[in-house]
Amino acid sequence: MKTNQETHSTHISQKFNQELEEIRSQLLEMGGLVEQQIHDAIQSLTEGDTLLANEVCEKDHKVNQLQLDIDEQCTKILARRQPAASDLRLVLVVIRATADLERIGDEASKVAKATLKLAEEGTSPRGYIEARHLGNLVRKMVQDALHAFARFDTAQALAVLQEDKSVDLEYQSATRSLVTFMMEDPRAISPVMHIMWVLRSLERVGDHASNLAEYVIYLVEGQDVRYTKTEVIEAALKHPKHSEK
Amino acid sequence: MNNTTDNTTRAPAIKMADLGRNAQQMNLAQETTSIDVQKMNLYYGKSQALKDVTLQIPKQRVTAFIGPSGCGKSTLLRSFNRMNDLVDGVRIDGEVIIDNQNIYAKGVDVADLRRRVGMVFQKPNPFPKSIYENVAYGLRIQGINNKRLLDETVEWALKSAALWEETKDRLHESALGMSGGQQQRLVIARTIAIKPEILLLDEPASALDPISTLKIEELIHNLKDKFTIIIVTHNMQQAARVSDYTAFMYLGKVIEFDNTDKLFTNPSQKQTEDYITGRYG
Repeated sequence: MKTNQETHSTHISQKFNQELEEIRSQLLEMGGLVEQQIHDAIQSLTEGDTLLANEVCEKDHKVNQLQLDIDEQCTKILARRQPAASDLRLVLVVIRATADLERIGDEASKVAKATLKLAEEGTSPRGYIEARHLGNLVRKMVQDALHAFARFDTAQALAVLQEDKSVDLEYQSATRSLVTFMMEDPRAISPVMHIMWVLRSLERVGDHASNLAEYVIYLVEGQDVRYTKTEVIEAALKHPKHSEK
Repeated sequence: MNNTTDNTTRAPAIKMADLGRNAQQMNLAQETTSIDVQKMNLYYGKSQALKDVTLQIPKQRVTAFIGPSGCGKSTLLRSFNRMNDLVDGVRIDGEVIIDNQNIYAKGVDVADLRRRVGMVFQKPNPFPKSIYENVAYGLRIQGINNKRLLDETVEWALKSAALWEETKDRLHESALGMSGGQQQRLVIARTIAIKPEILLLDEPASALDPISTLKIEELIHNLKDKFTIIIVTHNMQQAARVSDYTAFMYLGKVIEFDNTDKLFTNPSQKQTEDYITGRYG
């Protein structure tokens, strides 16, 4: 059975409704924080803002703390309520999603650390535009995945999965051009390498956002679509029998 | 819903149900049928307790019936060994086929049917006899008095019911001196002593403490190689733990009958979902 936004607020136990609502809203709060972290990390990099970069690094523990809080809440629900069906899927999805969000937070910190390194060792002659571009793409992916989760929207989740392809292409072409640049000017290798790591981190953020999108499909449809080709998921979501439900 | 053939030509071939891992699970379609229920209706006087029930209970598997009180699950269970015949004003149409025979056909030997389809009730009901005589009772009724055969069968039944170690030194003491959990396992031993094909359990653990409940569940798990087991339970976690297949019933109808894993993680009917997750229907 498909699940929607109202599914988790109609239990006989009001307290259970509240508990589920709480992990849901806490996850969205964590998501919002992580999204801000990526935004700030990219801004610190492109503007060479070390203050902002320090702030990003300091805020990472907040993300970690939220992961611990939400996971604990989920453990309690599992132990006390033994949820089934869509409730069980919600709890499982929240547990998995916190792990991915926490990793996104880590990647944001890595970008911020690169800002600090570059400020110390001298800026890179190339790569900021690519980083900003890729950063915006993946930040949008995280945002969309969270929206899809908030609204139980599989169409938007699918869009996130499809977006990951263009992120991969963007990442490849950016690294290729930076490698060419380093070959031309070996003195630039050290700073450009920092940018390369930033790009790598951002590409990972895109992968984590895709994971979030897959969890949304699992939450709504009950089918685990990890390691399934995007085209196959698309075909299944667009199957006429499916839209009848 | 997904089983119906699709006539639209441009439809993509992949369905949501084909994704994920559900396709690899135990599947009702691949099971051998033990009890074949066809279009069964059952009335208690004017009220209809079962409405057009059709389902196939798989052989040597554990099937659980769940549903709210009054949904007909106990009625359905009792109809498998014609226990409802004892209720006044019962009217039944449709068929229940066991071993290629409709058990509601004329001329069916009900005593023989109940030998093949054993039943255990909610409250343990040992006879006021010794432990040994309780288990041997069914055999004695069949006219078996060979001491060696009785000894062997009693030992086998008590071992199968995981009761042998606790009772082997007190076989000739009264069964009424046992704990509730032991009594229930004794009743199961008594039922399996006559080697039925099918074991019907009507809330076998609802009067027991958690440890005795777990022992009964473990017993069910061990017995399923030999018997087809059907269990009615109000405890959904129990159904989820012990059964291979689960049928959800509501207002006399079978709403959903599927693999237990599927039913408890991703039921296909809204009513099932509402019931197992504790929502208003």
